[in-house]
Amino acid sequence: MGAMARKKQPAMHVTPDRVLKHGILVIATLVALAPSVFMILTALKSQEEYTFNKVGLPQSLVLDHFRGVLFESDFIAWMGNSLILAAGAVALSTVVSCLGAYAIARLQFRGRSLLFSISTSLMAIPPVVMIVPLFVLYAQLSLISTYEGAILIYAGLITPFSVYLLTSFFRTLPRELFEAARIDGAGDLLILLKIVIPLSLPALLTLVVVNALYVWNDLLIAIIFLQDDAKRTLMAGISVFQGRYNDQIPLTMAGMVFASAPMIILYLAFQKHYIQGLMAGSLK
Amino acid sequence: MNQTSRFAPYLYVAPLVALLLFVFGYPLVRIFEFSFKMVRGIDGPWIGLRNYELVLNQPLFWESVRHNLLLLLAVPFMVAWSLLIAVVLYERLKGWKLYRVVLFLPYILAIPIIAVIMKKLFQFNGPVNEVLRWIGLDFLALDWIGSSDVALWTVMLLIIWRESALGIILFLARMLSLDESLMEAAKLEGANWWQRVWHVIVPQMRVVMEFYIVTSVITILSAVFAYVYMIGGGRGGPGTSTMVVELYIFNALIRTSLPGIAAAVSVMLFLVSLLLIVPLFAARRRANEEETA
Repeated sequence: MGAMARKKQPAMHVTPDRVLKHGILVIATLVALAPSVFMILTALKSQEEYTFNKVGLPQSLVLDHFRGVLFESDFIAWMGNSLILAAGAVALSTVVSCLGAYAIARLQFRGRSLLFSISTSLMAIPPVVMIVPLFVLYAQLSLISTYEGAILIYAGLITPFSVYLLTSFFRTLPRELFEAARIDGAGDLLILLKIVIPLSLPALLTLVVVNALYVWNDLLIAIIFLQDDAKRTLMAGISVFQGRYNDQIPLTMAGMVFASAPMIILYLAFQKHYIQGLMAGSLK
Repeated sequence: MNQTSRFAPYLYVAPLVALLLFVFGYPLVRIFEFSFKMVRGIDGPWIGLRNYELVLNQPLFWESVRHNLLLLLAVPFMVAWSLLIAVVLYERLKGWKLYRVVLFLPYILAIPIIAVIMKKLFQFNGPVNEVLRWIGLDFLALDWIGSSDVALWTVMLLIIWRESALGIILFLARMLSLDESLMEAAKLEGANWWQRVWHVIVPQMRVVMEFYIVTSVITILSAVFAYVYMIGGGRGGPGTSTMVVELYIFNALIRTSLPGIAAAVSVMLFLVSLLLIVPLFAARRRANEEETA
């Protein structure tokens, strides 16, 4: 109601109050955007130009750095590794969580609420606490620098959130739906596959976006469990890359443009799902 | 197959239980065991509390703890900044939705990427100092990354910059769910904007603020590894000025190969996070009740 009334108001005059509020938003936007703008502008400058023009617009557009990043560094390989890990971990976690959340939300069994509370509390345990025994175990089993090993850890770390989100969502689905399907003779697996999952696509999309970004952005697990150069992820690669080209700032920035592009595109495309997912994960 | 068997539910949760036991259960038991052992390679003899003694007597450990605690000073700034921006966004001025998308961008960029950019921006001869000198604030043109007196504050600035984006979104979402009749009533009674914000909106934000504060405390005590690793050149530098507990565990495990020491610190960090789970869940429950009320 309030929003409606607001919309019908005629255009406001310029008042000092409004100028101040717009001013605050503009400043906040500048602060939020400045690093990205600096990154893009610098990536387009030549190495020489950056030494005397650090803040201004580039005098002429130089695309060499992007070419350098694409063809003379391992960015593509790093991104490929990150993609494998994100896809593997998200797929594994989603399957496991769908099955588990369905049972927690819809089936009766002993220890149901205990399992749900434990799983939910795990969301607050810092990942760094888990690395020591896993590292020792992985060293013993030769799982260091393997995709399977890292995927398993990532899948585990994102699963408490997935179970939490899916269980809450499955509980909102109308009970009659399940009863009708059961009368028609459908078993639980059929109900899950044919009814629950198709109805849960928005929640699943949210889950995939939030979890994929988590795996893609992680540095801690990546540098500990994927030490082999050939298995290096994008984030671990960036830490190597920035050290190697320490003085070549425009080249470094071209790398950062390249590395951040997928996330920014994913965010802009699924902005609503991402924000909702984060709020669901943190609030409800 | 129209009757769910008594055992079927256990089949559905079995993979979940197995995965959680492997990634959380096993390590949480083993860190306690390792912390009482002198682990060389994969196992070692029991040595009682020696690992804890060693850690607690090491100045570097306490310095790391102190840095984590100092970084907590970021929290009030994060709350204040997020609240200010959320309140202004709540006015729904022209273009507020676009502002919202842009203001959340810091949270989207991966920490390593943003840390690399900030490192270049804040170089001693970098753009930030150039601008500061240009507008006559020479005294502020510090050696942001290279000086051991300043580097931790630069990390804090970066944390505030990024983590505030989450606060803005959380606070704004809460405001948008508020009953607007109270605001309208206050307006009719002649309360000005600041009075309305301070007396009508802020009191109703208590629960979500509590929640954001607890979440931020957990983040700062246990999830700042990526910031510090990138800004401090992988070693918590310059010197040990940006060393934090997570990096201490990392160094003990990877660089000096002392899993027992790393496990002792992990145990302590785990116990601290357990202490924080209680207020986190209380705040989350209240926030939830408030939303459904």
